[in-house]
Amino acid sequence: MSEGALRASDLGPALARWEPVIGLEVHAQLLTRSKMFCGCRADYAGLPPNTNTCPTCLGLPGALPVANAEAIRQTVRTGCALQSRIPLHSKFDRKNYFYPDLPKGYQISQYDLPLCVGGWLEFEVAGVERAARITRVHLEEDAGKLFHGGEIHHGGSSLVDLNRAGVPLMEIVGEPDLRTPQEARAYLVALRQLLLYLGVNDGNMEEGSLRCDANISLRPRGDDGLGVRTEVKNLNSFRILQRALEQEVLRQAARLEAQLPLRQETRGWSEAEGTTVAQRSKEAADDYRYFPDPDLPPLTLSPAWVETVRAEVPELPRARALRLRQAHGLSHEEARGLTERPREADYFERVVGAGAPAAVAAAWQLNELAGLCQRTHRSLEASGLTPEQLARLLVLVDCREVSGATAKELLAEAFGSGADPAELVEARGLRQVSDEAALTVHVEAAIEAQPKAAQDYRAGNDRALAALVGQVMGATRGRGDARVVSRLLRERLPRDPPS
Amino acid sequence: MSWLLRPLTEQAHALRSGAVTSAELVEETLRRIGCLDGRVGAFLRVTPEDARAAAHAADLRLRAEGEAAPDLCGIPIGLKDVLCTEGVETTAGSRILQGFVPPYSATAALRLAEAGAVAVGKCNCDEFAMGSSTENSAYQPTRNPHALDRVPGGSSGGSAAAVSAGLVTVALGTDTGGSIRQPAGLCGVVGFKPTYGRVSRYGLIAFASSLDQVGPFARTVRDCALVYRAIAGPDRRDATCSAREVEDPCPQLSLGVAGLRLGVPVEYVEAGLEPGVRRVFDEACQRLAAAGAGIEPVSIPSTRFALAAYYVIAPAEASSNLARMDGLRFGPGRPDARTLREQLEEARHHGFGPEVQRRIMLGTYALSRGYYDAYYRRAQQVRTLVAQDFARAFAKVDAILAPTSPTLAFRLGERLTDPLAMYQSDVCTVPFSLAGVPAVSVPAGSAEGLPVGLQVAAPTFADALCLRVAQAVETACGVAEPPALALEPVR
Repeated sequence: MSEGALRASDLGPALARWEPVIGLEVHAQLLTRSKMFCGCRADYAGLPPNTNTCPTCLGLPGALPVANAEAIRQTVRTGCALQSRIPLHSKFDRKNYFYPDLPKGYQISQYDLPLCVGGWLEFEVAGVERAARITRVHLEEDAGKLFHGGEIHHGGSSLVDLNRAGVPLMEIVGEPDLRTPQEARAYLVALRQLLLYLGVNDGNMEEGSLRCDANISLRPRGDDGLGVRTEVKNLNSFRILQRALEQEVLRQAARLEAQLPLRQETRGWSEAEGTTVAQRSKEAADDYRYFPDPDLPPLTLSPAWVETVRAEVPELPRARALRLRQAHGLSHEEARGLTERPREADYFERVVGAGAPAAVAAAWQLNELAGLCQRTHRSLEASGLTPEQLARLLVLVDCREVSGATAKELLAEAFGSGADPAELVEARGLRQVSDEAALTVHVEAAIEAQPKAAQDYRAGNDRALAALVGQVMGATRGRGDARVVSRLLRERLPRDPPS
Repeated sequence: MSWLLRPLTEQAHALRSGAVTSAELVEETLRRIGCLDGRVGAFLRVTPEDARAAAHAADLRLRAEGEAAPDLCGIPIGLKDVLCTEGVETTAGSRILQGFVPPYSATAALRLAEAGAVAVGKCNCDEFAMGSSTENSAYQPTRNPHALDRVPGGSSGGSAAAVSAGLVTVALGTDTGGSIRQPAGLCGVVGFKPTYGRVSRYGLIAFASSLDQVGPFARTVRDCALVYRAIAGPDRRDATCSAREVEDPCPQLSLGVAGLRLGVPVEYVEAGLEPGVRRVFDEACQRLAAAGAGIEPVSIPSTRFALAAYYVIAPAEASSNLARMDGLRFGPGRPDARTLREQLEEARHHGFGPEVQRRIMLGTYALSRGYYDAYYRRAQQVRTLVAQDFARAFAKVDAILAPTSPTLAFRLGERLTDPLAMYQSDVCTVPFSLAGVPAVSVPAGSAEGLPVGLQVAAPTFADALCLRVAQAVETACGVAEPPALALEPVR
């Protein structure tokens, strides 16, 4: 049971004495059209319970599974991206256990011959490059969902929805190479990013299409043995992964220091309690009675097919970031920000391709557009703003034909409405006024209108200039080029000599 | 003599000439079932309404298509109750599936329906096809039409008895370790287990997935071949079903055995055959030799391990296949259960009979951690040896002859208390199942008034050759006489 959330301030001292050994098991629903072994839709979002089912995924007697070739392809593609070995012989096995969300009484999974073996994942923690080894990547089927009206083991009633049963699920098992909760988080961030790049998963941890379990044990610093590990489940966000592991470090360290025994057990994250709670003890090891599924012939892959799939692996995030830095002179941070999601990197490259200067495009996409996305809960693709439209606007900004302030307003207006901001510039006559003769009239009028401010500025008060600039901008309805206006004002208001 | 005791080929001819209609055949079937099946117990349920509607449709089709109509159009058939039938309760002979009405049909049943065959009902069988006498049915025993105090064999005993008694023209059964061939032998009809993977298993309620195969029962080899031809072939819903094109067995049926080499495994004839069985087998071999076949001994050394391996592999797969019977989505279940565990335990305890529970336990044990290598893995190694032995034998001979059952039909109850004696019934059929090769049981004579079957086996996918040799046996030994019961007048 819960021992209560432990204080995060104790983490530093705990980590000074103990070294965590962490490995992640990540389950990713694949982006196939149909389920793993039948023709039902893999995308069950929003469907009424038990409507996305057929005899096969309901586990009706006599119904048989047929493996989804696209799911195998996406798994092998992932293995290729993780530098895994792709054995030419693989098979599906049955993992036998009773649970109401598992209609056949067994899960079709892969036991001793997974599709992908070994490999590694590169990631970055606080600016430092790291890599963690991958044990294996295998393919299995998702279970249904249970809705508990009470505790199913103790007399409550539960409802079963099998819409999710049989959705292709790829499991990526990592070696216990991670040494801090922060590192575990960075690993998961990088893995999620990789899956998005590969187009095999939607990365949605909240909805559970990407799920993470962690194995963690502690050992005294300097020791290379392994302690008693716990498996922590339900880690469905980066934040929860890190917090749960921090809590486990604190809990295990406290027990070890008090010389209390640690049990090998499964724990779950409890948001309410802010810590992990025991779920079940693993002392009596489960026996899943794995054996080859006789309904599915062994898989034989041809080397040529594997090479075809390998060739489908797109440019991966780190390579892409490096290329963006080199090709466009972006900073490390900019390149990393733009390559976080492949579609955003694509967007950036299209904006640049349509003529916008890279530095301007990067700054605007990372600041203004990212902010708009966040505020409106819209993705770039869903905004209706095409990269070409953005490029035209940014070219105007870059030539100082449109002021930054105007551009921001136009973007906010265009975002989601489908309006073309560059067209709005023309339609509303918003081109910036940089013409000195035209602006001089307004500048002189402003000095006349605010003699006090002019005098203050001349006397050395820099802030007084802002009031005058504001006056000019008001007179030009915001179209005046602020830099030209400032210069014209300064030319006309020489500073008084110091008295 | 009833139309139903005549060969399918004759019925098909009469249906096309207008001598009889499908509606008449089906009424005769329903009458015969009504009159005779009270004593035989071949059917678990009969579906007269569906059958009459299908017969009417078949008659229209026969009129419209004439000679072009499929051979099976209008022919009354029975289906073993492990084959799912859309809209018709399917129980696999088990209480746990009582009331289960599948929303889909087995591919084999569907193909027969598409060919115009008229399904009249579901045939009794051992629960989940586990047994050799049909006594393990949760609903009723089936009696051998040749001797009502004797078993029809099993597990497809209902299908075999239904054809033997002339209740239907042909029937489908399933064979895992002999469940088509052994009852065919004991009931005096032809029963064919095609090559594993030749007929789709979709909609067949699985016993042991790597061994189960659907196949026909009929009075003659040619009739069997016609049904086989209609059900065999690729099915995208069964990944273990072969994509190979099906070789039509019919054109070569009458080619005979002259010049063929037929092997007789020494291990089969040496071991414990009843004298009557031995005599019929030897005589049949002599007749085939007289017909021009070369009969020679072959050796299948792994034979003595085959039965043990089978009784590890089949229960292991069954223990997993039957896990879905949890009473939650179908079957009576236990609506009053208070916990998940109680629900599972009660549903399975009350739903499964003793033999099924025994095999689930055997199979669960064989797959358990620490025992897997000693049992399941070892049994699979034996299976490989058996297949290699047969491959070696088939390098020497074209086909293999063997008795179907070491004994004549035994009495009801005789082996019920002795599971090992019951398992011994499969000793001659199991090796061919493990090897996945096609094998057919053909009536070869009788002893003590009871039918004796002879098995013909051929290499994998040589199903046509297998039936050709079976036809030669039938030609040499004669088509079996129907039982006296079948000849009783029916009103």
